[in-house]
Amino acid sequence: MPSPERAIVPVLQHAGPAARILVRRGDKVRVGQSIAEPSGPDSAAVHSPVSGTVISVGDFPHPRGGRGLAAEIENDGADTAVEMSGMDKPWNDADPMEIVERIRACGVVGMGGAGVPVQAKILPGAVKPAETLIVNCTECEPLATADLRLVKEHAVEILTGALIIRKVLGAKRALVAVDSGPGGVMPCLATACKKPEFGDLTLAPVAPKYPQSEEKILVRTLTRREVPPGGTCADAGCVVLNAATVFAVARAVLSGIPLYERVLTAGGPCAAAPKNLLVRVGTPVSAVLEHCKTDMKRARKVVMGGPMRGVALAELDTPVIKTTYGVFAFESLAPAVQQYNCIGCGRCMRACPMRLVPAYLRRFVDKNMIDEAAQWGIADCIECGSCAYVCPSKINLVHYMMLGKHRLAALAKGEAA
Amino acid sequence: MNGPVGGSSQPLLHVSAPPHIRQNESVPTIMLSVVIALVPAFAASIVFFGVRALALVLVCVTATVGTEAALCRLFRRPLSTGDLSAVVTGLLLAFMLPPGLPYWMAAAGGVFAIAVVKTAFGGLGGNLVNPAAAARAFLMVSFPAAMTAFTPPVNGTLFGLSRALDGVTSATPLVYFKNAMATGNFHPLDLQDAIGSMVLGNTGGCLGATSGLAIFIGAIFLLYRGIIRFRTPISFIGSMFVLSWIFNGTGDIFSTEAFIIPLYQVLGGGVMLGAFFLAADPVTSPMTPVGRVLFGTGCGIITFVIRKFGGYPDGVCWAILLMNFCVPLLDRHLRPRRFGERKQRE
Repeated sequence: MPSPERAIVPVLQHAGPAARILVRRGDKVRVGQSIAEPSGPDSAAVHSPVSGTVISVGDFPHPRGGRGLAAEIENDGADTAVEMSGMDKPWNDADPMEIVERIRACGVVGMGGAGVPVQAKILPGAVKPAETLIVNCTECEPLATADLRLVKEHAVEILTGALIIRKVLGAKRALVAVDSGPGGVMPCLATACKKPEFGDLTLAPVAPKYPQSEEKILVRTLTRREVPPGGTCADAGCVVLNAATVFAVARAVLSGIPLYERVLTAGGPCAAAPKNLLVRVGTPVSAVLEHCKTDMKRARKVVMGGPMRGVALAELDTPVIKTTYGVFAFESLAPAVQQYNCIGCGRCMRACPMRLVPAYLRRFVDKNMIDEAAQWGIADCIECGSCAYVCPSKINLVHYMMLGKHRLAALAKGEAA
Repeated sequence: MNGPVGGSSQPLLHVSAPPHIRQNESVPTIMLSVVIALVPAFAASIVFFGVRALALVLVCVTATVGTEAALCRLFRRPLSTGDLSAVVTGLLLAFMLPPGLPYWMAAAGGVFAIAVVKTAFGGLGGNLVNPAAAARAFLMVSFPAAMTAFTPPVNGTLFGLSRALDGVTSATPLVYFKNAMATGNFHPLDLQDAIGSMVLGNTGGCLGATSGLAIFIGAIFLLYRGIIRFRTPISFIGSMFVLSWIFNGTGDIFSTEAFIIPLYQVLGGGVMLGAFFLAADPVTSPMTPVGRVLFGTGCGIITFVIRKFGGYPDGVCWAILLMNFCVPLLDRHLRPRRFGERKQRE
């Protein structure tokens, strides 16, 4: 879709500390110009998605709820870009550190969820050596199809990105996880994988069943290893990156293009023309919804992300960020329907991919028994929403999980202080 | 555009925690399914016990639903009868009553189930024990004579045989069995003959508990819908069967009667109704798979012990109540191994 007239670019678009802002009101910026620099090893740079003038730096609605520091840039429509170029030698001759530095400079973060800066996941020496690289080409949530579309159109770039990261990691093997269901992108990837240069990549079909795309679940399916509680995939010798992320890595390394635009699924039941769009970071959600002809009179809820894990927005000028894989407008108020008491049916427990007992966790959090909740593994919860989806009493279980984790963190902080 | 949500034309946006889509299954759809699953047993009760069965069911359901509505009113709470759980309680209670029970006693049971067992403990989901089972226990101890006076089916005999048995006047299959074992006046062939009637339900007994077949049809529906899980009922009936087979009282475990007796024990009394509809009640049974197996097995063992050594011919209701009390314990100590958790914990 066209670039927005006015882009709102938050300095926090990733997991970790926010980036340090580099521009001031009145500054002229160009497309791809760095406007905020990483404030630490687990922070990520932010680049301007448009060319124009910074009209303010201040508090704006943030996609994770609440507000956050962002630069507001008026688009001059010229799309004048900074000079972007690939590395001066082919990537396979380059030093891994050089590649990582480039990925860092381009502000590439995980684009399927939390948004962990990629360099923090792959930096040699700083992370546990990984045996296996998993490129996650499965779709992260129902309704979202952006990654599939990307795979369909850019399979070769994604697979090249996989080879680049594999080289940096020195990983023994690289798996390309893909939905095995009909109508998926498996044939398309299979064809691409046949090319001789991708001979080292292995196609790994997995059942298309939510939340299969969650990295810990994917690691278990593909390697039979379970990430221990509190651990990361690195503890199971794996690095998982999704298709969009790997594509961004390839673009950064091969052409020097920073991460200032992404593919997302836009629409939902209220949209007349739902579609996958290439959207600049900083585009207000209202513009995205307008572009896919959403009937905003019918919309009761606008969700950024997907239907299972997305954040319901209060303000429509919330901007798209690097981790936004979907924007949906819904008519129904699903969790607001009548609730009943827990009947102890255990559906939540059977649905939980982390094998927790959400019904009990809810009870503990409700009574503020945070120690018990911690003992029962509330910190393991990946907030996939499966428990609340199946709950016949329509209890907002995810809300309780988030609240419990929040209280647990506050408790730990209090003890440390 | 900065500022409050929307603007002039945009209605307020709703904000909530994810997920933003939900399954259609809800408490009322689950309870409605249980009601539907009880229809075959209801039909069987009318076939075998006539209009009185219908009247008793209506009395019980009116009592439970009425009590729940009245209490909601009294405590100024939103009306909760829409979740249909009171209907299920009323139906189950009626199914565990003898067909000749005075209406006012049945109604008293219904009021007790909802007021004392359910609402006093917090309403739906809060009750520690199954309201219907507890109400039956309440009636058993309050009106022991009325609760054990069984009337024969309209077109059958109490024992389920077309010919009259010497010395058997007013007894259900289980009473007959208990007396026969006690006196040594034991006819394996009679048991064999009775099994057919017991499968259909044409014997003396509680309203909706006599027809093993009707209950089983309803149970299949619930299992298919995923509303009850197989572990509890199977372990209940299974343990009951195995125990009555091994300790069958004839001293031989490979004779014909050694297999007839457990079949007879499982079909007689309230085992079928209890296993599929009372023990498998989600509120008062454990959540974890292991917990469900232990719970069902416990029900089976206690029922067997009561029948073999206790004073009651049937013990299903007591067994379920006793095991209900163990549920919090079972759930707390049998939580599933967390993802990535080591098998051996310190």
